[in-house]
Amino acid sequence: MIDREQVLHVARLARLDLSEDEVERMATELSGILDHVDRISALDLEGVEPTSHVIELENVWRADEPEPSLERERALDPAPDPSEGAFRVPSPQA
Amino acid sequence: MSELLDLTAAEAIGRIEARELQPDEYFDAYAEAAAGDELNAYLWRSEPGASPADLSGWNGSANGAEGESLRGVPIAVKDLFCTAGIETTAGSRILSGYRPPYTATAVDKLARAGARLLGKTNMDEFAMGSSNENSAYGPVLNPWDRTRVPGGSSGGSAAAVAGRLAPWALGTDTGGSIRQPAALCGIVGLKPTYGAISRYGMVAFASSLDQCGPLTRDVTDAALLLRVMQGRDPHDSTSVGIEGGVELPSREDLHGLRFGVPRELAADAEGIEPGVAANFEATLRKIEELGGELDECELPSTTNGISAYYVIAPAEASANLARYDGVRYGQREDGDADLVAMYERTRSRGFGAEVKRRVMLGTYALSSGYYEAYYGQAQKVRTLIARDFANAFESFDFLVAPTSPSVAFELAAKTDDPWAMYMNDYCTVPMSLAGIPAVSIPSGLAEPAGGGPELPVGFQIAGPAFSESRLLDAAFALERSIAFEGRPS
Repeated sequence: MIDREQVLHVARLARLDLSEDEVERMATELSGILDHVDRISALDLEGVEPTSHVIELENVWRADEPEPSLERERALDPAPDPSEGAFRVPSPQA
Repeated sequence: MSELLDLTAAEAIGRIEARELQPDEYFDAYAEAAAGDELNAYLWRSEPGASPADLSGWNGSANGAEGESLRGVPIAVKDLFCTAGIETTAGSRILSGYRPPYTATAVDKLARAGARLLGKTNMDEFAMGSSNENSAYGPVLNPWDRTRVPGGSSGGSAAAVAGRLAPWALGTDTGGSIRQPAALCGIVGLKPTYGAISRYGMVAFASSLDQCGPLTRDVTDAALLLRVMQGRDPHDSTSVGIEGGVELPSREDLHGLRFGVPRELAADAEGIEPGVAANFEATLRKIEELGGELDECELPSTTNGISAYYVIAPAEASANLARYDGVRYGQREDGDADLVAMYERTRSRGFGAEVKRRVMLGTYALSSGYYEAYYGQAQKVRTLIARDFANAFESFDFLVAPTSPSVAFELAAKTDDPWAMYMNDYCTVPMSLAGIPAVSIPSGLAEPAGGGPELPVGFQIAGPAFSESRLLDAAFALERSIAFEGRPS
């Protein structure tokens, strides 16, 4: 139910570069999972509110007061390619 | 020395307070044991004789002293929790070598209370798995039988506690990842109410489901850890803590308590092994012997629990894992790649198969054209499941179910069929979706369906939101009656 083209499309959205082998396996495995998951698409849930958050919390505020944040050097410490106080990356293709 | 390793953490704390035991001696006994780890439970551990790890992060932290309530007692922490300056991998290649600039609030609170970091435990990659076979650093072995899995995703933590390589440990539970490995390893595992403990510094898998919790030898130790860790944290706006705090358990019987047995998770449940079913029934009898009232109940929407969970969790994961792109931390693959190619190659080489599967599944479920049919529906199923539990708790104090449909299965037994692996979570996922607390306690041993020596079985008790004190109190009474003495040889 999920074909090769859909797999490639979703992989592009997810920024995954799958091998030929992976694309084939993914199509089979995802189809298998979706077969089971599909039972919920068929349910009539008209009028049921969706839950995105299980506990009753609304707009948790803090005072609008500036506080110290993570220092630049510490933030750059784990970076693969720190440069000039920033994270250096390859350019996007023109 | 091995007698020291048999103490519960509470017993050790008692001896330290009575000056019968030196904290350093106790810590080193465990550091030595951990050094001999043959279960692959640890990814990093402290050497015997080492000074306490300094967990001060960028926002500071008062590392605690022995005078605090946890008295220098060691704890193993799942590698999903950031520990400042100490490698934190989340079981993934993509975070290999990553040293966080801060420590997770839950760990920080334990450190301030005097606990010492013993090691970081192995886990299924990004907490995705039920067998600890999805780690980029090799599977963890069950101390009861090394040809079998310890469960997952907190497999390293469970194996360490059961295998006497740690007195207690921290894990995380999104769909059962504390409770199920606790059951398979014969120890106690608690998933608190969603919001009881801060998730700040806990590498995110599914933000509406993830919860930190203890894996311990007994219920009292679990209560001790919960008491220290719970609380509202300004760094996590979804944290509320447990109002009134946590009482240590002391109940001697179950008189006056009503226990519901949901048909869908017990009698009618698919795939429960005969040995597990028999043990479950025997444990129900013990509840009655202790004066508890038992009755059947229904949670009709829980039959769709796994289907809803395997939409919601991967969907949230696909968003949470978008940050692993090689830009700011972790591994990067580039060479001469342009930016997008760098993202794609970094993620493809850094993520394992199960993570890729779930990221793909989640991305698909959230993509245009499919959002309503999958994610939208799953969120509605979630509402119905939460409602089912709320209704049941009008008539019952607690609900009970087997924790896992099977005892520990063999390595590679379920890796070919993703859905078969997902079904391990059948009895634990509904509580996660509803956000309610649930504890698994060891309830005996049973023979696996395929034959062989007996292995631990877990009994699960769930309570209403924020009922942890009462829940652990009831679990304590049952634990005393069961008197599970088993330990891996």
